[in-house]
Amino acid sequence: MMNTSIIQSRPDFAAIAAWIPQGSSVLDLGCGDGSLLRYLRETREVRGYGVEISDQNIAACIANNVNVIQNDLDSGLADFEDASFDYVILSQTLQATRHTEALMKEIVRVGREGIVSFPNFGHWKNRLQVLLGNMPVSSELPYQWYDTPNVHLCTLDDFEILCAHLGIRILGRHVMSEGHDIQVMPNLRGSTAVYRFRRDA
Amino acid sequence: MNTSVGIISAQRATFDTPLQFKSGAVLPRYELMYETYGTLNAGKSNAILICHALSGHHHVAGCYAGDAKNVGWWDNMVGPGKPIDTDKFFVVGLNNLGGCHGSTGPSSIDPETGKPYGASFPVITVEDWVASQARLADKLGIAQFAAVIGGSLGGMQAMQWALSYPERVRNVLAIASAPHLTAQNIAFNDVARSAILTDPDFYNGDFYLHGVVPTRGLRLARMLGHITYLSDDAMADKFGRELRHGKLNFSYDIEFQIESYLRYQGDKFAAYFDANTYLLMTKALDYFDPARDLDGNLNRAFAAAKAKFLVVSFTTDWRFSPGRSREIVHALLHNKRDVSYAEISSQHGHDSFLMEDEQYFAVMRNYLNRIAEECA
Repeated sequence: MMNTSIIQSRPDFAAIAAWIPQGSSVLDLGCGDGSLLRYLRETREVRGYGVEISDQNIAACIANNVNVIQNDLDSGLADFEDASFDYVILSQTLQATRHTEALMKEIVRVGREGIVSFPNFGHWKNRLQVLLGNMPVSSELPYQWYDTPNVHLCTLDDFEILCAHLGIRILGRHVMSEGHDIQVMPNLRGSTAVYRFRRDA
Repeated sequence: MNTSVGIISAQRATFDTPLQFKSGAVLPRYELMYETYGTLNAGKSNAILICHALSGHHHVAGCYAGDAKNVGWWDNMVGPGKPIDTDKFFVVGLNNLGGCHGSTGPSSIDPETGKPYGASFPVITVEDWVASQARLADKLGIAQFAAVIGGSLGGMQAMQWALSYPERVRNVLAIASAPHLTAQNIAFNDVARSAILTDPDFYNGDFYLHGVVPTRGLRLARMLGHITYLSDDAMADKFGRELRHGKLNFSYDIEFQIESYLRYQGDKFAAYFDANTYLLMTKALDYFDPARDLDGNLNRAFAAAKAKFLVVSFTTDWRFSPGRSREIVHALLHNKRDVSYAEISSQHGHDSFLMEDEQYFAVMRNYLNRIAEECA
């Protein structure tokens, strides 16, 4: 069925979903066609909204019976009130945001917790490609340097430094590569990371 | 594939129970003109109400026998296989109370005096309209609409449905609308009304008895309105600085194409629209403000709503700008209501809501398909 295929096609979705309890309220930033929200609604009775900028995705979310608000994440989350969601999710979108630092602050303002997944630029394959003289291209980073929407790529270490700088406490981390969990040397061996965090009280 | 509802005919409903308006005025009896398309299902769960905007009426789709050119005002949206699919939904369009297309309005004969109501027709509000529409729904056996849909002033009625009758509407589609008019918007309406009110042929609203029509005022009102419904870019694209006769004539006659177009639109409108109805419609627009009695707090106003909402705006609409739609969305989010919001990139200003556009129609179609599934 659709449910399992979504999780298989996007391993970070499984990690995100595992952190979200039944009946939570969720705001999914850059929600694409609404697959994750639909999955969360169907499996966990999650109430939620997506935020998207693309016309095509807006129409797709509506077809998926997912609430979606058309907005540019880089203009902030002014439509959303403080602590109005249990979780604010940003999956595979962080690296494409322009005002990344401001958005991280917005995530912990609007959500009691934030969940962010992104491709690890520190993955050894990326490092190797740079060492060999080229910008990395991989399944996680499928673009050429000249057509990539990714303007703020980072490593796990970089992300954790930003969190510390913003007074954000990391509550959980899930690092993966090719569908397997990575425990040892994650900043080198992980291709995708998912973090759960909240504002330090 | 045939995508028109085809030949249809208008119907008339008569109401003998007095209707008290928000102003306190009472209308002892009244009639509403309406049309329906499609079939009401056995569970009566597939009805959609279309609310019209300032100059609209009950003729939403299709055409009349022997008058193929008189196509409904939203025929591109409503019909078999269209976004508001008459193969799936039972669609109701009506002419609002106070209108000039057959429903009781200022130009109708007041049975008590035998003369047109004229100036004595009460000033009407969006709430009053919705109350009268609910009675029409009763008459048609519709306890709950699958959706109430409207653009502009029609969107205000759709929203008001969710506030006045939260149990009677499952979905509200508010398109190119606003939670209330801004001062600038009221100002435009006031200029339009002034044009009518100061026309010597207006006779304080009782021009019918003098056998004249305040054409000049109505025409100016429409010209002004029309400017505000288009975007600067759309007007520039369509007319630019093009001259009608290719050269300057150093006169006050029509020289630029835009002047010609506006005057044509003004004349066309003044030939069929009622001046008193125009005044009423603009007043209803000005008065609409569900937050008014709640310290201006729109969040509190929308607490009453239970329906799911689709809010749609158009990027170049400066009369009902995207920012105004966002205020509606914000209030719905505050109340944790189901809401989707689409901001359509369109060149055509406020008029965009009446035009065919791929993204706009995709959003409408997908949303309505979902409603249709819930009706089944």
